[in-house]
Amino acid sequence: MSTGWSITSMSAISLLQVVLVIVGGPLLLGFMRKVRCRMEGRVGPPVHQPLLDLRKMAGRERTRPEHASWVFPLAPVVLVATTLVVAAVAPLLATDPAFGWSADLFAVVFLLLLGSVSLALGALDTGTAFGGMGASRAMTIGALAEPALLVAILALSVPAHSSNLPTIIIRSLAHPAWLATPERVLALVAFVIVIVAESGRLPVDNPSTHLELTMIHEAMMLEYAGPDLALVKLAESMRLVVLFTLLADLFVPWGIATSPGPWHLAVALASTAGKLVVLGAALAVFEVTVAKLRLFRVPELLAGAFVLATLAVLSTLVVP
Amino acid sequence: MTAALLVATALMGLAGTAAGAIAPVRFRIALSSALTIAACALGFVVGAEVLHSGHAAVVHTTTLMPLASFSLALDRFGALFVVITAVVGICAMIFRFGYDGQGLASRTASSILPLFVTSLLLVPAASNVTTFLFLWELMAITSLLLVLTDHARRSEVQVAGQWYAVMTQLGAAALILGLVLLATRSGSQSFAVIAVRSAHLPAWVRSTAFVLAVVGFGSKAGAVPLHVWLPRAHPEAPGPVSALMSAAMVNLGVYGIVRVGMGLLSGGPAWWWLLVMGLGALSAMFGSLHSATSKDLKRLLAYSTTDNVGLMLLGVGASGLFADTGHRALALLALVAALLHVVFHAVFKGSLFLSASSVHQAAGSTDLDQLGGLLRRMPVSGPIFLVGGLAIAALPPFCGFVSEWLLLQSMLHGLPSGDVAIAVAMPIGVGVLALTGGLTAFTFTKAIGIGLLGLPRTQDAERAGEVGRPMWIGAGLLAVLCLVFGVAPFLVIPSVVDAAGAVPGLHLAGALTRGWNVALPGVPGMLAPGLVAIGLVGFGGLVALGRHLVQQRPVRLTEAWGCGRELQTVRMEYTATSFGEPLTRVFEDVLSPARDVDVSHLAESRYYTEAAVIHTTIDDAFERRVYRPADRMLVRWGAVARRVPNGSVHRYLAFGLVALIVVLVVLA
Amino acid sequence: MSIMRLRAIGRRLRARPADIGDPDRGTPVVVAAAKRLRGSLQLRHVDAGSCNGCEIEIASIFSPTYDAERFGIRLEASPRHCDGLLVTGPVTRNMAAPLRKTFDAVPQPRVVVAVGDCARDCGVFRGAYGVEGAVSDVVPVDLEIPGCPPDPAAIVRALRGLAGT
Repeated sequence: MSTGWSITSMSAISLLQVVLVIVGGPLLLGFMRKVRCRMEGRVGPPVHQPLLDLRKMAGRERTRPEHASWVFPLAPVVLVATTLVVAAVAPLLATDPAFGWSADLFAVVFLLLLGSVSLALGALDTGTAFGGMGASRAMTIGALAEPALLVAILALSVPAHSSNLPTIIIRSLAHPAWLATPERVLALVAFVIVIVAESGRLPVDNPSTHLELTMIHEAMMLEYAGPDLALVKLAESMRLVVLFTLLADLFVPWGIATSPGPWHLAVALASTAGKLVVLGAALAVFEVTVAKLRLFRVPELLAGAFVLATLAVLSTLVVP
Repeated sequence: MTAALLVATALMGLAGTAAGAIAPVRFRIALSSALTIAACALGFVVGAEVLHSGHAAVVHTTTLMPLASFSLALDRFGALFVVITAVVGICAMIFRFGYDGQGLASRTASSILPLFVTSLLLVPAASNVTTFLFLWELMAITSLLLVLTDHARRSEVQVAGQWYAVMTQLGAAALILGLVLLATRSGSQSFAVIAVRSAHLPAWVRSTAFVLAVVGFGSKAGAVPLHVWLPRAHPEAPGPVSALMSAAMVNLGVYGIVRVGMGLLSGGPAWWWLLVMGLGALSAMFGSLHSATSKDLKRLLAYSTTDNVGLMLLGVGASGLFADTGHRALALLALVAALLHVVFHAVFKGSLFLSASSVHQAAGSTDLDQLGGLLRRMPVSGPIFLVGGLAIAALPPFCGFVSEWLLLQSMLHGLPSGDVAIAVAMPIGVGVLALTGGLTAFTFTKAIGIGLLGLPRTQDAERAGEVGRPMWIGAGLLAVLCLVFGVAPFLVIPSVVDAAGAVPGLHLAGALTRGWNVALPGVPGMLAPGLVAIGLVGFGGLVALGRHLVQQRPVRLTEAWGCGRELQTVRMEYTATSFGEPLTRVFEDVLSPARDVDVSHLAESRYYTEAAVIHTTIDDAFERRVYRPADRMLVRWGAVARRVPNGSVHRYLAFGLVALIVVLVVLA
Repeated sequence: MSIMRLRAIGRRLRARPADIGDPDRGTPVVVAAAKRLRGSLQLRHVDAGSCNGCEIEIASIFSPTYDAERFGIRLEASPRHCDGLLVTGPVTRNMAAPLRKTFDAVPQPRVVVAVGDCARDCGVFRGAYGVEGAVSDVVPVDLEIPGCPPDPAAIVRALRGLAGT
């Protein structure tokens, strides 16, 4: 599976991807908040506000409930580490980062699930009702989003005969006609619904709510302070960037670097930034226009995503 | 040499039985456990040797049983199961040294347990019908007696024993019918001869034998709808016994289906394997749903066994389906995925059941709503439980991740083959795998989070302490294997491929491992679990270091934030029931929870409520809708039938006449 | 999509908040906090017994007219996520202990901003039977914003001074 790129260039690409995700995540969230504020008729905070927040949070005091075990401080570390592993190895900017041959779509899903489980365990360790509630709701939504996600991945993998990420991207680049096939469109819709559910955005979850009874993801981090909180918020933004970039690279891969030259990487960086801007703005506009779904309507939404993904798989078999 | 070792294994097991029966109380547990460990060790050596060399270990004697020969021939496929049983047996027996509960110290239990383990070790080696049925029944009866160990102290044990006895004998009846049908039609009871002659049998004989075998072995494996004994028997059995049952005995159900379907009958039409896949899908979804909404830890683990057996059957069914349509390499891949899941399930389920017993001994209960805060009070057993829970949820870097990935890959690569049955079955298979994966993650977040983390919900949980060293060594060995196999699956995969290749007709072009990674031969697909582990540890270390460097003050221990509430008690903590409530609501139609509200009023006035109690019961839908009505129907028929023999000799003579006429007509 | 509709959307996109004026860069506590926070200030609002007049003004500082969020100022639900408390009203007897617990829950270093005359010196409720005292009698106060209720622009000026923007 090796493409013959030098080890230094592959490592540089991985490092660039990690930096992009760490810095770009908060910037993406800041940009989305700016779009929302403009649509509400306000100026809003600057685009780099989340970075200012993270810097300040890192310097504050860490607290811990007296009865919590070592799972509580370990959970944010595991959450960030899983996202960083995906950022380093998945083909975000180029088709062959370091160890890119091992980037399997199913493996990415399970790694992100490890992060979610660790955050839920950290929330349960606080021994409060908020932590239990957030963990229960988040794990329910995660469990119901899994079928839609894995079947949508199946729909993407069947035409490419592999679930290996670089393989899918390279074969998509070679067959531009695949973009217009019904299975791609259906799988895209299913993916978008699952990404909205997994990253805790409206209409599934409101990330800026103050009412604990309406919280899902936010309830799990109520007890974290200082650097722990910075890690959890950073992980939230990193996951959104990684999922959006994977979405863009799987469905609209043009712009991704297929060789390690600096010009190709610059083009890849610019095109990825452009795709993230488009996706972020679209999500922000959508969030302004919809109301949050009632919690027990979310399974219906995810079931709909599952049906769409199954239709996508069936259409891979019908359409030659 | 291996034959002699096989005999030695059996003899050592019998010695353990004798020791348990004869030895005085002081030495009973130690001696019988030590001899059982020795038997398992010998079994491990035999199995490993057969797997490595490929030469079967054959033992044949006609003097042991009247009218039949006792014949063992351990091939590579059976050897895999012997090795699994041996490892789980060793860990369970080590655990037993420190286990001081539930009547396992009695003479009966101490002598039956080694016999049970020996029968588990020998069943995969049986090579003719009589030996197989004899060992199978021995296994069933010994396990039944072990489940009933504690019957004098609790009445639920008796009920569990009844269900187990009935289901296991029903399964055995189906098995006897199926195997005897095959043997009589083939003219010989030796498995080798049947395998050769079965190709020439009429299709109805083959299909009937296969369906009977699926019923018999499926009930032992705990596949839905024959699973109803599992959630009752496993929780009531003592710790080491339930570990052995879930991690070694249910495997033999899967072993049987593959042995009969692919070994004796050499594969069959697609509908056989669609039946197996259908049972597998049903078991997986039903088991995972019930374990997600169960609040008793052992019952949760029992339903989780049903769930995992469903996944194994999905793999086996997919393998048979691919073999039937001519894709031999894919068939082997699917079978390897299923067998790998058997191996890994034994490791993490064994560890989980032993940990659950440790928790029971330390905190006095397996009801999750009465546990909590155990990770801090059990500093070794707690992390062991955590590892088992993460492994079963198929999370990296543990072993469940690798087997789940292989199962998904076998379904994915089967899709473009163009066959209609495959085209419909594979997406359903992936959907089922995904749903059960998500629900299992939910279940074990609940089990770990409510049971181990947070505040202790009762005084017993608060007073819990670490259990004795043998107990956590037994559970810990299996947990260590979860991690080792997860990071280095190349240690196990070649043996599993060899074992699967022993089933006739399947062969794989190319190895399944490349260096440290799992690589699919011929198609692009690689998994690097070792790399994932290194990446997680590396990045985790960097992040933790960064956090430490950035920190300006020491960590402050405070009260948890409760909105400024003055009275924060442990009653405000989430329970397992509340954790599972959203899921119960989503799947209300399937689970049909029964809610009972009991309101008691004050004596002085009916308008004032003194107490309100809500009972929510989620019982097994198959039990409620199939088994209980069937039971009632049988009782009614029995009542009718009891009136027929009314004591009159004339009626009995008439019966005899009618029966004679019927037999004469049939024979004519 | 009529012309008037397009014009309305265009007006909304060109946001023009009211003029706040320069921030108050006053006491040493405020200057030290500004140096530490540098453009990011999250506060937990606690109603210790107010008549909700100050709450209405605090709500309006986040409206498009005053738009305090553009200075990096936000209200958060959990005190663990905050740099300090924004307290309104005189502290009633029932709210004294919860106010102390909320103050303890904020990670150090923390600030307390007392908004309105009631928070400063009990205002019109001084001596009432249900009132424990002013906010400074229960938790240490670092910044006071006078007024009954204070003008939203004054609140924003004071918080900008804390945030350093």
